[in-house]
Parts: sequence; C-alpha cells; structure tokens
Amino acid sequence: MAQTFTGTRPNHDRRDDWGKVRSREEIVAQFRDGQTIAIGGQAGVNYPWRLIDCILESGAKHLTVYSIDAGDPDYGPGRLVHAGRVDRMITTHIGTNPEASERMLDGRMAVELAPMGSFMERIRCGGAGLGGVLTKTGLGTVVQEGKQVITVKGERYLLEEALYADVAITRARRADVIGNLAYRGTGTASHPIIATSAALSIVECDLLCDVSEIAPDEVRVPGIYIDMILA
Amino acid sequence: MLDNRHFIARRASRYFKVGDVVNLGIGIPSLCSQYTEKGIMFQTENGLIGVGDAATDVMVTDRACNASSQPFVPMPGASVFDTAYSFAIIRSGRMAATVLGGLQVSAKGDLANWATPGRRFGMGGAMDLCNGAKKVIVAMELLAKDGSKKIVNECSLPLTALGCVNHIVTEQCVIDVTPEGLVLMELRRGKTPEEIQAQVEPKLLISATLAEMEE
Repeated sequence: MAQTFTGTRPNHDRRDDWGKVRSREEIVAQFRDGQTIAIGGQAGVNYPWRLIDCILESGAKHLTVYSIDAGDPDYGPGRLVHAGRVDRMITTHIGTNPEASERMLDGRMAVELAPMGSFMERIRCGGAGLGGVLTKTGLGTVVQEGKQVITVKGERYLLEEALYADVAITRARRADVIGNLAYRGTGTASHPIIATSAALSIVECDLLCDVSEIAPDEVRVPGIYIDMILA
Repeated sequence: MLDNRHFIARRASRYFKVGDVVNLGIGIPSLCSQYTEKGIMFQTENGLIGVGDAATDVMVTDRACNASSQPFVPMPGASVFDTAYSFAIIRSGRMAATVLGGLQVSAKGDLANWATPGRRFGMGGAMDLCNGAKKVIVAMELLAKDGSKKIVNECSLPLTALGCVNHIVTEQCVIDVTPEGLVLMELRRGKTPEEIQAQVEPKLLISATLAEMEE
C-alpha cells in the first residue's frame, strides 16, 4: 500500500534517545555539588567545550577537577575556575592560567601538582581496576612527599595511587550510538584514558556515527566505558 | 648573527643524530627544531611522534597541535598515541634526548626548572622526561635575569629530578656533567675559562679538548 508523506516522519539523526545519545538537559542534570570531575584535553585545544558549558549551566560547585592543565583564564577548564566552581584540582601545570595561580596562592583553590606521566598513569589505573603504579618519576622531589617508596628488583619507585572520578567529560572525533569512540591526531590526547576512569563517562563527539560505521579496528575506546553521548 | 636564544638552541640541536626521537621543552628548547637536519623526529607529549612544519591556512586543525597549542603538519612516518602511552614512551628509555629550560643546575646534575618561591606553575612533563630520556640537555642563559648564578653547588629551588642533567648549553659555554664534576667543554669566542668560573658556583674542570663554540 502506498504511503503518503505527511511531513511528520521522524528524523532518526536528531533523536536524543538513540542508543546512548542523551538530550543536553538530561546531561546538565548529571552534575551536582561536590562531585569529582575528570576533564580530557590539553594545551588550549581539544577540550570538551560543550560539556564544560553543561557543568556551568548545572550550577554545580565545590568541584574537584582532574585535568592535565587549567586551561587559560576563563577558557576551557579555566571557565570552571573563573566561575569559582572548583575547590580543588589535581593537575600537571597551571602556567597558562594566571587566575588559577592566584587562586592557588591565596588559598581559594587547593592545587595538587603531579608529573604529567604519573597523572596519566593514575587515571589509567582508575579505569583499569588497578590500585596504583610504580614510577621513578618524582623521586627525591616534592612529589615524593607523603608517598610510599617501594623497592622492586633493587630499584626504588614511588607508589602513585589510582584516580577515579564521579564523572568524566571527554571529546571524541567520532562516536557511534553505543559509545564506541575514535579519535584523530593529537585530538586523542588524554581523552581515551580519562573516558575510562569515572563512574559516569560522558563524551561529546564532533561526528555522530551509526553502529558499525566506525570499523572495529578503529575503535580506541569501546562503548562499554561510555554512558552518555552529547551529539 | 643569532641572538642568544637561537645561538643556544642551535648548539643544543647538534647533539641529535639521524634516527633520534627527541622531545623539546617550551622556550629556548622549542627553537631547536629550526636547526636540525632531516631524519630526526620530534615528539609532542600530548601524543605524537613526527611533528612537522607549522601548519597554515586550511591545514590548521585541533587534530594536529603541539603541547604549546601550535598547529603543525605531521611528517611522513608520524604516529599518534594517547598521553598515557606518550609518557610510557618517555619513561621507556628510548627517547634519544630531551632539551629543557633550567632555573638551576647543581654540581651533581640535579635540575630545578618548574617553580620559584613566588611562582609554582607545575612540572608538566619535565619530571618524566628527566627520568626517562637517554640524554637530558639543559638549554638556558648562564645567568638569571637578575644576574644571579644558575649553575650552583646545590639547588635551592624545588627539584625536577636528581642527577639527571648530561649537558648544559648556554650563550657563553657548554658544560658537561660527569662523575668527576662539571667539565667546561666549549667556550664562546672571546670568553675565558676564568670568566665562566666567575659566573658559576661549583669549581669547573677544563676539558683537555676545550673547543670554541660555533658562531
């Protein structure tokens, strides 16, 4: 029987309930006061810009943020710092954000500075069911303070404990609707690691794909790690 | 004639050999890539080996930016990885060299380069690079802007790593860190060992092959 087009056919590409794709409102509602939020991205590019907007819009404050850097003043993760939403950061440098420096020095924000490689391993451990990692990085420096030194096969290492967040926000080049993620170039950065290490992992994607549009070999983060997609 | 920063960078880049993978820090070290021959690959620690020329026009993309946000075109043979993998590579001992800036270097090759009493910006990747790179090259001016000595008996600033430095390249001299102590290897034309000694705290040894720096 011939169907007559009435102009009300669904647009399947625009649904907010397509697999793990969620509406912006539903994602905004995930952020609450006191949460620990891990943020992917680095060096002024490739941040999850739209998800940072969602945190701001949610009003969530007293946050602990894990991020490689603090962005720039009122830019990237620096927007959360600028808005006074962040009580504590674990990061590797804040040199690009003088406002974060000021807040650290006058005590408005607590900052734990970690070596970048150790920071990434701590996050990786969190997403991999591991308690921590042994590294020589930081031995004999302030990074060693308060940490166990463990000797293995005659070599001394620092024990760096795993980090696991309440929410991870990351950005992928491509996501399919069950959360398989693919990246491109230095847009990869910390995202595939950060995306694994939180109870709730939300990703924003540049390009939303059908299931099987991303070839299995191209998937960097399997959808099992991903809870929600902002398309 | 090169200014001091470029002069230091060019000399530091002479340590690289064809086939090396090298990581450059920000500031003077980032200038080294301008003076290297073909066949040396640069890592950017956000996750790529094979940083190429600066990108312009339509080639500019967030998917090819170095750790200082500068867009580039990946060179043939480039490889991409995440930041955890990037630091696995750095710690693995396979990086031929890293060139870093310095605030203080001690007689034993301890490096301090990430914090001063009033400014504590963070160590970024420097501690891992000092831990893992085969050769740690410090590229810096011999004296601080306020005229104070940067090559000291013991570092007073927060350390980046203990005993990690191999070579110190400055606008006046090249100094190697050896088990016997600091050895003056090269001098800028017109400079004397005594003039250098007056600007560093530890007693310098003079290399038997003391050479003049390339102008």
